[in-house]
Amino acid sequence: MNIVVLTPDKEVFQGEIKSVKVPGVGGQFQILRGHAPLVSALDEGEVSIEKTDGQKMTFGINQGFVEVLRNEISLLVTGVAE
Amino acid sequence: MGANLKEVRDRISSVKSTQQITKAMKMVSAAKLRRATDAIVQMRPYANKLNDMLKNILSNIEGGANTTFGQERVVESAAVVVVTSNRGLAGAFNTNVIKSAVATIDQRFSKQRAAGKLTIVCIGKKGYEYFKKRYTDCTIVNDYVEIFSDLSFDNIAQVSQVLMDSFEEREFDAVTVSYSRFKNAGMQFAETHQFLPVEKLETSGGNKHRADYIFEPSEKELLEKLVPSILQTTFQKFLLDTHASEHGARMTAMDKATENAEELIKDMKIVYNKARQEAITKELSEIVGGAAALEG
Repeated sequence: MNIVVLTPDKEVFQGEIKSVKVPGVGGQFQILRGHAPLVSALDEGEVSIEKTDGQKMTFGINQGFVEVLRNEISLLVTGVAE
Repeated sequence: MGANLKEVRDRISSVKSTQQITKAMKMVSAAKLRRATDAIVQMRPYANKLNDMLKNILSNIEGGANTTFGQERVVESAAVVVVTSNRGLAGAFNTNVIKSAVATIDQRFSKQRAAGKLTIVCIGKKGYEYFKKRYTDCTIVNDYVEIFSDLSFDNIAQVSQVLMDSFEEREFDAVTVSYSRFKNAGMQFAETHQFLPVEKLETSGGNKHRADYIFEPSEKELLEKLVPSILQTTFQKFLLDTHASEHGARMTAMDKATENAEELIKDMKIVYNKARQEAITKELSEIVGGAAALEG
């Protein structure tokens, strides 16, 4: 499963991952392989990505959107703070 | 003759040093232009993806898509945002943007101006200097004049947020932005774009690639969240474009100036050499004349 994390200023991360946890407006949720197509707005909170090698990456966001389609995740966020 | 020679020599050296300055300014602008265009390129994937999402949602919405920022009202008060540069020496760059803004004020907002309900938001010193003097009957906002020193999204988003808030609170019923669209170093287009209300969002039915998405929250609520983000991105693009245009325009202007200086030096060198030759000829003929007189 591939993810690309974009901010208006630059691309933050792109790569293969196992799972990603995002702060949805209706509550935090996790996206795993084979997730149904989804578009969701995100609230202020923490995004945590687990890469295929088990490494974790977390960062805070102000707000954003996530789109999932055929194991391709696009995460559009503003106010990224590591 | 000797005085004239010296005069021309001095002028040549002065033009030469001016040429060195314009050449240096051209180089600096070229470097800054590269960075400015990089920023535009960096933003593109984000903006494209946002627009994809918008299309995606619109294709799933039945009926009209009405959002807070798409609301058309009777325009009682309006705001005109003018994005110019802080510095001159960029050819007609700032003049063109100001012209476009003035045309918009005359054509669209003359009533609002007469009623004293026109606000001009100046970004960049040049526009501010112009409107401060000539448009004393309008409210001039100069809080964001210095924004070009930091073109990060978070910084610029403040301005667009204020504009959107004012629109929502009915402080402004329409907002336009005059800026310079960047095409390449030689081509920039001064344009005025309607920022608020946003143009009607068309629901495009029959999208072939339509997947069965889960929308979270509902499509309409999502749209309400998405539109402000798109507006912020659009506004960011106005500023980044103007920034790139500024350096493009300056680079072209300075290139022209360097060329002109070269031409000037060439012409003056011809004058100088002619004068020098004349002086030599005169001296020679004096010597020859003197020798002839002695012999005689």
